[in-house]
Amino acid sequence: MTTEHAVEAGHGAPATATEYIQHHLSHLRTDDNSFNLDTFWISAALGLVFLFVFWMASRKATAGVPGKLQNFVEFVMEIVNDTINSAFHVKSAVIAPLAITIFVWVWLLNAMDFLPVDLLPKLFGFLGVHKLRVVPTADVNHTFGMSFGVMLCIIGFSIKAKGAIGWGKELFSAPFHAHGFMAIVLAPINFIFQMIELLAKPLSLSLRLFGNMYAGELIFILIALLPWWAQWLLGGPWAIFHILVVTLQAFVFMALTVVYLSLAVEKH
Amino acid sequence: MQALIAQVQGMTVLAAAIIIGLGAIGTALGFAILGGKFLEASARQPELMPQLQTKLFVIAGLLDAISMIGVGVALLYTFNNPFLNAIIAAAGK
Repeated sequence: MTTEHAVEAGHGAPATATEYIQHHLSHLRTDDNSFNLDTFWISAALGLVFLFVFWMASRKATAGVPGKLQNFVEFVMEIVNDTINSAFHVKSAVIAPLAITIFVWVWLLNAMDFLPVDLLPKLFGFLGVHKLRVVPTADVNHTFGMSFGVMLCIIGFSIKAKGAIGWGKELFSAPFHAHGFMAIVLAPINFIFQMIELLAKPLSLSLRLFGNMYAGELIFILIALLPWWAQWLLGGPWAIFHILVVTLQAFVFMALTVVYLSLAVEKH
Repeated sequence: MQALIAQVQGMTVLAAAIIIGLGAIGTALGFAILGGKFLEASARQPELMPQLQTKLFVIAGLLDAISMIGVGVALLYTFNNPFLNAIIAAAGK
């Protein structure tokens, strides 16, 4: 099935559906194909947007009747606060900013999927940029970067709560407790279990977010290939459902981060 | 050579379909049980409904995970087939 496109500067129109799909799935890379520039810059720009909006809200915060921005920020804070209170029972100055950052930043990154598929690639095409993927969380490198950061936080929280030696001992003595000779026998088994647990958490976090966003983006691209009268029929419900998915995945990432950190500071 | 490529493509199509299908069955059953329990619990104790709903969404997000990972793998096979690339690389040598 051929698709019609205005010719992008320096680029022929995609001749087949497969070409269109593959064009929309190619990242803007550095010259030696080692780094996804589009992911990096879009996520950095959205991070700055998030910081700016929340900073503006904090500057204008009043104890009286709140304005709309303050209302919205407090709404977000309340959601995050409820999640932390229900899962994390130790005093920590870092957990709240971490959770807010994860929730709002991941939501903003996911929300890039709401823009029409061709919008930003066309606009950037006029500037000479011919490959662009606009959803950073649909890039597995980005989600792995975030979950690697969460894994470092888990290790950091564990060491802070139990001490480096205490955590090291726990790696070899949990979940199977024993004394004397059996302890030495069980130590490597315990260590393997602990490592699997430690590695499975960030792996599942990142792949869950990536899978959801990649599948969502791909379905939008496939819907874009349909004739115009079918696009609204299928694209409308899918876009509405995708609003739920975007918010849910951001919330689940944040909630699971809080839960993993609470498990990390828990003493056996 | 063409027969080989055709075979790899055919197998890949089946593999992608099975991955997506089985993932969908598991997720559907999981959501069904989860939703049913939530409705029962809400009917028993309506005052707990908000808290249960939060937990409902958290567990829904977890249920989605594996099938989404499967969909990601299946879509990788569909649009950038590594097995096909391996055959083409081997033939090119």
